Amino acid sequence: MTDTSAETRHIPDRLDTPLRAAIFSWPALLLLVAIALFVVNSFMSPYFLSPWSLSDATFNFTEKAIIALAMALLIISGEIDLSVASIIALASTMMGLALQFGVGMPGLVAIGVMTGLFCGMFNGFLVTRLGLPSIVVTIGTMSFFRGISFIVLGDQAFKGYPASFAFFGQGYVWWVVSFEFVLFLVCAVIYYVLLHRTNFGRHVFVIGNNKVAAQFSGVRVERVKFILFCLTGTMSGIASVLLTSRLASTRPSIALGWELEVVTMVVLGGVSILGGSGSIQGVVLAAFIMGLVTFGLGLLNVPGIVMSIFIGALLIFVIALPIVFRMIRERRT
Amino acid sequence: MTLPMPQPKITLSGITKTFPGVRALHQVGLELFPGEVTALIGENGAGKSTLVKTMTGIYQPDEGEIHIDGKPVDLPSPHAAFKLGITAIHQETVLFDEMSVAENIFLGHAPKTGFKTVDWRAMRDQARKLLEEIGADHIAPDERLKDLSIANKHLVAVVRALSIDADIVIMDEPTAALSFKEIQDLFDLIELLKKNGKAILFISHKFDEIYRIADRYTVFRDGEMVGKGLIKDTNQDEIVRLMVGRSVDQVFPKRSVDIGEEILRVAGYCLPTEFADIDFTLHKGEILGFYGLVGAGRSEVMQALFGITKPSKGAVKIAGEIAVVRSPADAVAKGIVYVPEERGKQGVVVDLPIVQNISLPSLERTSTRNGFLRLAEEFALAREYAERLDLRAASLSQTAGTLSGGNQQKVVIAKWLATKPRVIILDEPTKGIDIGSKAAVHAFMSELAANGLAVIMVSSELPEIMGMSDRIVVMREGRIANEYDNNEDLKAEALVRAAAGISEEAA
Amino acid sequence: MNTLIRSREFWLALIVAAMILATNFRAPGFASPSNLANIFNDTAILMILALGQMTVILTRSIDLSMASNLALTGMIVALINAAYPAIPVPVLMALAALCGLALGAFNGALVWLLGIPAIVVTLGTLTIFRGVIFLIAGGQWVNADAMSTSFVQLTRIQFLGLPILSWYAIVIAACFFLMMTRTALGRSIYAIGINPTASVYAGIDVGRTTFMAFCISGMLAGFCGYLWVSRYVIGSVEVAKGYELTIVAACVIGGISIAGGVGSVAGALLGALFLGVINVALPVINISPFWQMAISGGAIILAVILNARGEKRGGRLILRQAENAS
Repeated sequence: MTDTSAETRHIPDRLDTPLRAAIFSWPALLLLVAIALFVVNSFMSPYFLSPWSLSDATFNFTEKAIIALAMALLIISGEIDLSVASIIALASTMMGLALQFGVGMPGLVAIGVMTGLFCGMFNGFLVTRLGLPSIVVTIGTMSFFRGISFIVLGDQAFKGYPASFAFFGQGYVWWVVSFEFVLFLVCAVIYYVLLHRTNFGRHVFVIGNNKVAAQFSGVRVERVKFILFCLTGTMSGIASVLLTSRLASTRPSIALGWELEVVTMVVLGGVSILGGSGSIQGVVLAAFIMGLVTFGLGLLNVPGIVMSIFIGALLIFVIALPIVFRMIRERRT
Repeated sequence: MTLPMPQPKITLSGITKTFPGVRALHQVGLELFPGEVTALIGENGAGKSTLVKTMTGIYQPDEGEIHIDGKPVDLPSPHAAFKLGITAIHQETVLFDEMSVAENIFLGHAPKTGFKTVDWRAMRDQARKLLEEIGADHIAPDERLKDLSIANKHLVAVVRALSIDADIVIMDEPTAALSFKEIQDLFDLIELLKKNGKAILFISHKFDEIYRIADRYTVFRDGEMVGKGLIKDTNQDEIVRLMVGRSVDQVFPKRSVDIGEEILRVAGYCLPTEFADIDFTLHKGEILGFYGLVGAGRSEVMQALFGITKPSKGAVKIAGEIAVVRSPADAVAKGIVYVPEERGKQGVVVDLPIVQNISLPSLERTSTRNGFLRLAEEFALAREYAERLDLRAASLSQTAGTLSGGNQQKVVIAKWLATKPRVIILDEPTKGIDIGSKAAVHAFMSELAANGLAVIMVSSELPEIMGMSDRIVVMREGRIANEYDNNEDLKAEALVRAAAGISEEAA
Repeated sequence: MNTLIRSREFWLALIVAAMILATNFRAPGFASPSNLANIFNDTAILMILALGQMTVILTRSIDLSMASNLALTGMIVALINAAYPAIPVPVLMALAALCGLALGAFNGALVWLLGIPAIVVTLGTLTIFRGVIFLIAGGQWVNADAMSTSFVQLTRIQFLGLPILSWYAIVIAACFFLMMTRTALGRSIYAIGINPTASVYAGIDVGRTTFMAFCISGMLAGFCGYLWVSRYVIGSVEVAKGYELTIVAACVIGGISIAGGVGSVAGALLGALFLGVINVALPVINISPFWQMAISGGAIILAVILNARGEKRGGRLILRQAENAS
């Protein structure tokens, strides 16, 4: 049987070094793709490498990427929120309404973010308290939230945002670096720490891997999920402030279709749609990749709709590749 | 109605099936005769369900052969077994709740019209006829399976077997959750099947039932066949002895420990449809065994204590204070921890590394005050408990799913010990675990008790219960049947009788 | 028992009828046969699409690419018709269905053979299909003047009081009903949604059946491509943009469970009709059509809550009831 020697057996912490694990990871693959795209883009277009050009490139993805950070955590936990784009519309509408009542810039920002938070709480309540499947519930709230915007605004628009408000979406912090971009980076760091360095983040992973075992281990599953929905709502609110500020107007139709782009960003970033795995680094890199593709193609005057072919194909290709490799490997043995 | 020297309908010989770290079946043989009921008897973990899965094509044996009507056959899939006339009625129906009775009977082989479409009328008529044949005409062919009682679902499963003229019918603990009358009806049905020449395998713990309908018996123990024969040639005591007898040195004897003060008191605990009137106490340094048949309600009581479910009535006192436990987090905070029966689903998170599994309930202690992870502390904690439990793993970063059953169990126990609990509940702690790890778990349990912990052990294995417990509570059908002090006078047979509801035999 | 399922559709039918009657009360003439026929006709395409989506949802998958599939095949047949008006329109209709089938098969193959979750696959193909429209049409739109008369008329010809478009929906719904209730494929689709393990035991090929479900949804989407382009006399990149979620909403309202295995043809049709009636009723009772989205959203949320109620499972039965000693 066992050698019942008095000394206890020593178990090493790891066999791999963290460095080795990092090299063979999904974010590493994405980094390679991003670098490749960067190089290709600079060859394809003379305008690409100019600093202002690159800065412009960031605008088209930072707002979605900010939401993607929170969405990543939510998907890792096994849920999804398809109402984020509608939350942007509703938050923008609320800000526009407040504008009509003469609310100043700080108030507008607060209202935008709070609307996002409340929408998130509503989603969270439906999913955690009533136990409803998040995919269809958020399809419902998606219509509901944007619907409220339509009721308020119809086919009109709110305009006349104060000049100070424009800073968020149009302003620069330093030279070419926009406020939006800086905000995104700051949020990325915060979410990285939250997901990968805190107890809360650990709970998110555990819930996504095995909800039942998590519950049986004392994790407050419903509370964590509720908080995650609040986060996606709040980030959508923040994105709404940025977008409304950038457009300097509010229409009920803003950010149409963004929810699917955000989910694409998250899945491309290596987060499994089934939950339980993923990283913020991956999502950030995926955001950059999508930004590079759309901007680079834009410089080549490729129409937006054709760009989305690339994004869709990239998504499928990138998910399918490891599966195909695994199947080939298994066929060989 | 036995024929002289009958030929078996199906013969299994030399069947061996091994899983990583566990030898579920070893050179096992079994025969079923047409028109006869063979009872398969054995404790949890004896290998009965593995054998059933081998016979129904879910598992493929590593060694051994299966012959039907004298001819060797292969059972590569459940469908292949179905085609060869083997069906099983499991405790939980593997059928389609949302479909009608008739469709459940005929799914996969529905009668077709000339246009190759499903002929519903013929299906309904044939279903009705079959249901009448077995005396189940109270079940309407159009009823949804979901709306039927468990007894009636079993009947539908039987009718499905009849619809393909299955000759081999396996019934796995079919009377769990059936009322007295429903059991009588089931037995009438079995007599009918016998008359129709079916070969029936009847798995049960309940001796009165076995004696009522079985013609033959086979006893399994620790994955081996230890006895078989005709029922009329044996008696209950002998069967119990075969089930239970095993070399004593395989079970780690409990150290004698001073029993301390009362730490847990449960009174009037009730949960509708699951358990009622549960009263017991637990003391520091004590190991309290909970024995009973499968489905007796023991796990349900423990999960309510742990906060997974909410009892409708009853009070729990921990160290003399009333405790309200509304969630597992509450329970852990109050010092009650639970090592679940379903290790893979409830105990470990299989895709996470060992270290993260062990540290999970203790993250608040290993992390900083603000909730930031400290990996070094986590590894230290995991290492301490993993080495204390002699965990066999290549590294702490290995995913828990790659470990053997016994080592996974050690991870779960380590996880809870790290929270420094007062009461530890172990639900079938050595189920499906190899002998070496079993002994380690037992040794560890003794050590815990010696250190002042209070231990509740739910187990269906008699040697384990009798070897480890200071006191034993026997549950039956959601209630406490009896409570015993575990001293030299206590006999295993008494426990088995209390669990099955058989009265004491005259000495 | 059986009435429980039927009652879900029954109540939905009642609600739709109530909505129609209420609107008629405020705006007499709403419930007139000709107006009802109009509503039905306007909803016909959504009904057909809902049937396709239902097939996929029953197998525990989802198809987010149906609207893009529709737009692409619609554009293809519109372009062909504009360039070669001599080709008989029924041929084009068949071509549309085939095209849609191919697109659906692409989805199905990725889900079946590579095991990629359906939501990811169709999220990708949703943009790919729509982008291809631009590749083949270069941003141009196909308008009514470019389409041949028969192309446009073959959704409009009146037959027994209804435009032929409505008849397409009726015939397809009837075929669907037969398929789902009377063919092995239809029953398999339900089976794998209810209990995939038991389905394997019963000899059903889960992967292949899922593949077939995607082929069916693709084919219907393709056929609707022709219907849409003809009905609205427009072929463009913008056709049915965002419609994919409306289709899912129709199914959810119709009682089709996102968990799979539960749902009926009647439910899908009624779910679509519910949305269709709201669409038409609101302007008639002077509620601005801008309320429509919020009302649909609220209806979806309510439907999900009701669906969830119906799926509650009972607790374990251990304590015996009072013994029936006989």
